[in-house]
Amino acid sequence: MQTETAEKQGTLPELLGRNWIALFIVLLVVFFSVVARSFFSFDTAQLIFFNGTEVFLLAIAELFVIITGGIDLSVGFVMGFATVVSSKLMVACVALGFSPFWSILAASVVTLLIGLVPGLVNGWLVACLRVPAFIATFSMLGVTHGISELLTQGIPTKNLPALAGDIGNGSFFYVAPGGAISFFSRPQVARGQTVLAIIPNMVIFAFLFIFLFAFILGKMKFGRHLYAIGGNIDAAIRSGINVKRDLIKAYVISSLFASLAGLSYVMKYITGKPDAGANMLLEAIAAVVIGGASMAGGSGTVGRTILGALVIAILETGLRIIGMQTFMTYILVGVILILAVIIDQVFPNRNR
Amino acid sequence: MAHLLEAKNITKRFGGLTAVDNVSFHVDEGEVVALVGDNGAGKSTLIKIISGVHKPDEGEIFLNGQEIHIDSPIDAISHGIETIYQDLALAENMDVPSNIFLGRERTKKILGFVNVVDYEHMSSESRKVLDRLDIRIPSLKSNIRNLSGGQRQAVAISRSIYWNAKVLIMDEPTAALGISEQKKVLELVSSLRKQGIAIIIISHQMYDVFSVADRIIVMRRGIKAGERLVKDTSTEEIVSLIVGAESVEKRSQ
Amino acid sequence: MAAESTSNGERLKQGAPGGGGFFQTAIGRFSARNWALIFLFIMIVIFSLGSSGFFDIVNFQNIIHLSTGAFLLAAAELLVVITGGIDLSIGYVYGLSSVLGAKVMQILYAGGAGGAGSMPVWQVIALGCLAALSVSILPGLANGVLVTRFRVPPFIATMGMWGICNGITLFLADGFMPVMGAPSEINAIGNSYFLYIDPSKSISFFAKPSYITQANIRSVLRLVPNSLFLSLAVLLVLGFVLGRTRFGKHTYAIGGSMDAAIRSGINVNRHLVMIYVIASFVSGVAGLFNLFQTGIGNYTPSGANYELMAVAAVVIGGASLTGGKGRILGTAVGVLVLAVLENGLQIIGVSAFYRYIGVGVLLTIAVIIDRAFPDLF
Repeated sequence: MQTETAEKQGTLPELLGRNWIALFIVLLVVFFSVVARSFFSFDTAQLIFFNGTEVFLLAIAELFVIITGGIDLSVGFVMGFATVVSSKLMVACVALGFSPFWSILAASVVTLLIGLVPGLVNGWLVACLRVPAFIATFSMLGVTHGISELLTQGIPTKNLPALAGDIGNGSFFYVAPGGAISFFSRPQVARGQTVLAIIPNMVIFAFLFIFLFAFILGKMKFGRHLYAIGGNIDAAIRSGINVKRDLIKAYVISSLFASLAGLSYVMKYITGKPDAGANMLLEAIAAVVIGGASMAGGSGTVGRTILGALVIAILETGLRIIGMQTFMTYILVGVILILAVIIDQVFPNRNR
Repeated sequence: MAHLLEAKNITKRFGGLTAVDNVSFHVDEGEVVALVGDNGAGKSTLIKIISGVHKPDEGEIFLNGQEIHIDSPIDAISHGIETIYQDLALAENMDVPSNIFLGRERTKKILGFVNVVDYEHMSSESRKVLDRLDIRIPSLKSNIRNLSGGQRQAVAISRSIYWNAKVLIMDEPTAALGISEQKKVLELVSSLRKQGIAIIIISHQMYDVFSVADRIIVMRRGIKAGERLVKDTSTEEIVSLIVGAESVEKRSQ
Repeated sequence: MAAESTSNGERLKQGAPGGGGFFQTAIGRFSARNWALIFLFIMIVIFSLGSSGFFDIVNFQNIIHLSTGAFLLAAAELLVVITGGIDLSIGYVYGLSSVLGAKVMQILYAGGAGGAGSMPVWQVIALGCLAALSVSILPGLANGVLVTRFRVPPFIATMGMWGICNGITLFLADGFMPVMGAPSEINAIGNSYFLYIDPSKSISFFAKPSYITQANIRSVLRLVPNSLFLSLAVLLVLGFVLGRTRFGKHTYAIGGSMDAAIRSGINVNRHLVMIYVIASFVSGVAGLFNLFQTGIGNYTPSGANYELMAVAAVVIGGASLTGGKGRILGTAVGVLVLAVLENGLQIIGVSAFYRYIGVGVLLTIAVIIDRAFPDLF
């Protein structure tokens, strides 16, 4: 009996209203391409993703918690904590005589494991002790900041194995002028010849995790339960969902992604410092909200969050290319964040 | 023959207050029992005991003649006792199949080891149960937020039915609904009865009670003040039982 | 009907007082309600015993003097938190005000210091203040309008304003440099004391005796920093407004129940706009005073989290983020707890980095106590 009509497509303005984010990205690209001729290129596209790796990862970190109706203020400093822990571990492993490769691998794995702890504590405070997420995660911000500062004593870690930088700034494969392809290592060419580098390693690294967790969020039971918790926590409890466990998992995933952002930072900039992600909280939350999620919880998808983060990444790299300073990014991110919420109120049902 | 659900000598105290005092009642297959009474009469406490929210201090509960212990809402559900609360317990940000399968999603394996939510299956099953109850919802993919109050109620009921409810407890199902939607919900209750489901309905609306119930149980100050078959009683009698016979007598003097 | 209510909050309420006998006694209730004050007192005792430098009038004045910004920002945050909102922009309004004031003074002052036709110093300072204070109203106005007219959640609106204010500040600060070149007279206002006592020689008010140089200033007993007057004035005024006026009552009413406030005829939208404007203005005053204290315009460094520290002080001081609750006095105690923690750790030689951890732990304790004793405050 149900006539399974397709989702209402609506009128053209509604369609635009619901997909304004894509339109906005196109406009941004057109704008920058007109202002700076060099902008519209494959290299710039790669650069946008390369520069934006941390924003992408932190946005996903924030998304998992925002879907449940919470907030994670600690992501930026958990990221900083991860940069400190991983860089210290790398240096220590090398000092113990391990090869750079194994040092980096071991340090990364251990960092990701340690990086689960802040999320575990956040989740426990929120789910079991019913501390408001804002307070619990702000406390964790303080704790991770303090521990990172104690570990570094105010001095950014240095002397990381050179391989870290090679991996962090390298690309998946290179095309030499003759058409020869080499994976992971830049071929030696004569002066004046350019080598085409394709897909930065860190972008692959980030998107492997992002795709995995997009799958978990979109396709698995656990993902649905997060939306249910954010939509109506009482209904979730009464329908037998293990709300406490799922909430803790959400905060752990948030912490995991913040740590991944930290690893990416260390590999790219070969240094670790407590405030590596200090000013990225705004961008992470902005990406999620621009991507259409509601702070009240229950909505938001990985795909749209990535679009939101892409807006920020394009702005950052674009403004740098046309020679505007950082301050413009702050202003525009702030303005777009507010506009996103207002536009979504005019055109509801953008999500799901 | 044993009753489908029978509660015997249920007592529940909260501190010094006895909310339910030695109450017994039963409900049979294909029967609608209305539970009426003033605020604080103990109706809600009684159904919360049946649905596993509260544990009784005294008394036993039997299902098909066998004693059962209901320690949590999940226990009640596993015995086929489903409760539809006034707030319906729906996730408004999700669509119809997601709500019918909330917390009990169907999964399928892909690549041999990864369990993913089987949306198509959930969707077709949802359509089947909605058809069975003759519920019309334009698009299963629309979020609960975009449905009317009556449609939401229907989704909540379908969820219970899909999960093989034998006993359905409904708390004020028509409150907060428009007149035409109230009528639809009452029709739905009648059609559920035809399908052999035992229904306990809490209501303040005498019209609802008399139009769908077979039997009425009146609660007053924690005790069972009376039990009448609908065909043998009148609104006046039920109201007098609710407010207490003395006050009625006084008024009539 | 009480017996039938089963919400978690209800159960918690019933459970909590039965949980600990101690907390039912008068002393127990007092200590749970005033745990921050007691904690402050214990910290003072420990730090005093732990080092010789802590328990000292000079150090105490220092703590107060350096906490001026924190007092004002926390008071500003409290107003918003009582209404059930949050203002994440105040830390950046603070930086904006400081940098803008310095920039205006710098330009006017450099126009011809001492030269012919140059502007008198007091006029330079006055115009700088005027510019900083009037501009610092704008973010609050925008926040208020966004929250009330456009229904943007306070968290998002003020977070957007954080970005905008920070961007403008960095633009003014031109390449992440503190803004110098304001007249040095402002330091005299920002860093002076009410009373200078040179033992056995002289007493003077508001300015050090002229024969005392910066080098031997330590021989003079300086009492009551000017900054204390500012902090007290702001705290007393806001405390009076919140506790004694209709405006204050309405603020609590809005936080307690927005619907009830609307239905009882309070012009909630106008009220909320005023709250955000006041919060923003007070933050501007704080930023401007920072300029007076340091002599330079300081932008808010990334990760400084002034606004979050203000929220921390407010919550430690007994306010609830759900609104309707919180007092100026409690907030002041909250600020002092954080300030004494930082100062004391420094003096007894423990790494100051522990203070970040301390804030986190204290904040969590505050909320857990608040949760366990919902009726206490």
